[in-house]
Amino acid sequence: MSVKSQSIQSKKQTGQDERLKKISPLRVLLNRPELGALGGSILVFIFFGIVAGDTGMFSAYGALNFLDVSANLGIIAIAAAMLMIGGEFDLSIGSMIGFAGICIAIPAIYWGWPLWMSITFAFAMAVLIGYFNGIMVVRTGLPSFIVTLAMLFILRGATLAITRLITGRTQVPGLRVLIEDDPIAWIFATDTFQWLFTWLGKMKLIALRTDGTPLATGIPPSVIWFIALTLFATWILMKTRYGNWIFASGGDKVGATNVGVPVGRVKISLFIGTAVASTIFACIQVLDAGSADTMRGTLKELEAIAAAVVGGCLLTGGYGSAIGAALGAIIFGTVSMGIFYTDVDTDWFKVFLGAMMLIAVVFNNYIRRKVTENK
Amino acid sequence: MSEYLVQFNNISKFFGKVIALKDVTMRLRKGEIMCLLGDNGAGKSTLIKTLAGVHKPDEGEIIFEDKKIIFDSPRDALDIGIGTVYQDLALVSLMSVTRNFFMGREPQKGIPFFKTFDVEKANKIAAERMGQIGIDVRDPSQAVGTMSGGERQCLAISRAIYFGAKVLVLDEPTSALGVHQASMVLKYIVKAASEGLAVILITHNVHHAYPVGNSFTVLNRGRSMGTFQKKDISREKLLSMMAGGEELDKLEVELKEMDRVART
Repeated sequence: MSVKSQSIQSKKQTGQDERLKKISPLRVLLNRPELGALGGSILVFIFFGIVAGDTGMFSAYGALNFLDVSANLGIIAIAAAMLMIGGEFDLSIGSMIGFAGICIAIPAIYWGWPLWMSITFAFAMAVLIGYFNGIMVVRTGLPSFIVTLAMLFILRGATLAITRLITGRTQVPGLRVLIEDDPIAWIFATDTFQWLFTWLGKMKLIALRTDGTPLATGIPPSVIWFIALTLFATWILMKTRYGNWIFASGGDKVGATNVGVPVGRVKISLFIGTAVASTIFACIQVLDAGSADTMRGTLKELEAIAAAVVGGCLLTGGYGSAIGAALGAIIFGTVSMGIFYTDVDTDWFKVFLGAMMLIAVVFNNYIRRKVTENK
Repeated sequence: MSEYLVQFNNISKFFGKVIALKDVTMRLRKGEIMCLLGDNGAGKSTLIKTLAGVHKPDEGEIIFEDKKIIFDSPRDALDIGIGTVYQDLALVSLMSVTRNFFMGREPQKGIPFFKTFDVEKANKIAAERMGQIGIDVRDPSQAVGTMSGGERQCLAISRAIYFGAKVLVLDEPTSALGVHQASMVLKYIVKAASEGLAVILITHNVHHAYPVGNSFTVLNRGRSMGTFQKKDISREKLLSMMAGGEELDKLEVELKEMDRVART
């Protein structure tokens, strides 16, 4: 009795609905899609902090190393996550990376195009291919799995065939000299905050080379792109009308269409998004390595999807987050680099990757049930 | 200005050789609830989709406020004020009440190219609107999957009204509901009509339709069997018309015959 009267009293006082159950902050957190990935990344850092804390993994140089790997994966994982929230897959991400690479390298090296023009060309091709993927899926109603699987083979094959036809080889080197003086290339090829690292080096806070320059010269462009894209994607998903359309398109295609969401246009734009993200990935890697390789990006589509799933995206669409995908990418990047600092044989990395994904899917499934059925 | 808010005159729809609808005519005044009754396969779904702009009628015309209208998409129908609430409600259970309420028509704020979804305003309106029909949305950011069937139905109807529906097309709004939930939804429908909306209520449940309807149109095998005012027709007559009363009579005779044969 006393409990009841108390609750009525408290309702009067606060004007709150008595049916509004007190939800602990933990429960609120549980309803966020990125929770699993957040927990996972904390565990991963604790693990390597203990196992490899004194090996230089967490020095400036070591940290930038695994951040660079995470960031590269993150760029495509975020785009893949947005597409997955929109209810589709893109298996052609990896092949698109290779294709974009030669779209930059062949015109620049063999046709004498300025680098900015070939980069623009690569992005134009990405938009076209993304559009084609999207329109195929939307118009035919075929599963995107099949359509983009076909594109995986087509693009990889075309990349190899075209490169060999024009160059007689499978690699196109010689880009490095073109980067300087180019009006665009620096966007994908500049280490930022170099002054900071120089200063840190002078203060003897980070490791130096024998000539006195710091070992880590600056934040790699991939990391800047990764952070920018994470913020941009999160803003879109959470704060814009288009973001709501993405969730709606993936959550219930028919329902969304019926209330006037342009589902087809949303999906096509998301396919363009993954192709463009692949091209950003390709730009950064090609300009960093100074050469394009026809096999670049192989299997990256699966890693991107794995990172998105670990980050809380449902395979059925309508649920997920960009921050989650970013955390998923950080987990994979950290483990793939960190494993070198431990005594564990690196052969075990893929085992970890698979196990991680399996745990994530089971966990996500449980979360979805909680979200939709906590009556 | 004619007395009717909306007229669907001699609507026909064919799918290849199949005649899904033939010469169906319905006319509605403001504040009127017309119940569209029909058995499975009578052409109800096709008619709804034609009203909603999903299908284009092959014959006939739609006249809204004395203007002839041709819909190219569901969006056109929404824009002139025909709001359709489908059986599946077009709600995404993983998304929040607010995000569902404004799905496809999110309020925005900010400068062009950087416009954001005004979540606060949306939350406020959604909670307010749901409150008006007596549903306390405990938390507008809760997932729709946590609501009851009646609440979801009311959310979908409330959304259609909020976005300017003058004609409300409801597809089987009570079919999946228990008695209490169904009466809550029906009450809300009557209230909406009393505020000046024209309502087309599609159902196969005469017991739900008869108390709330002003007029009744019966569909059978793609054709209209006529529109009746409430005073002109009894519940029983309506029931036997839509359920194919003749067929049931015939069945009864056959059963008797079988019984007789068995006995001899």
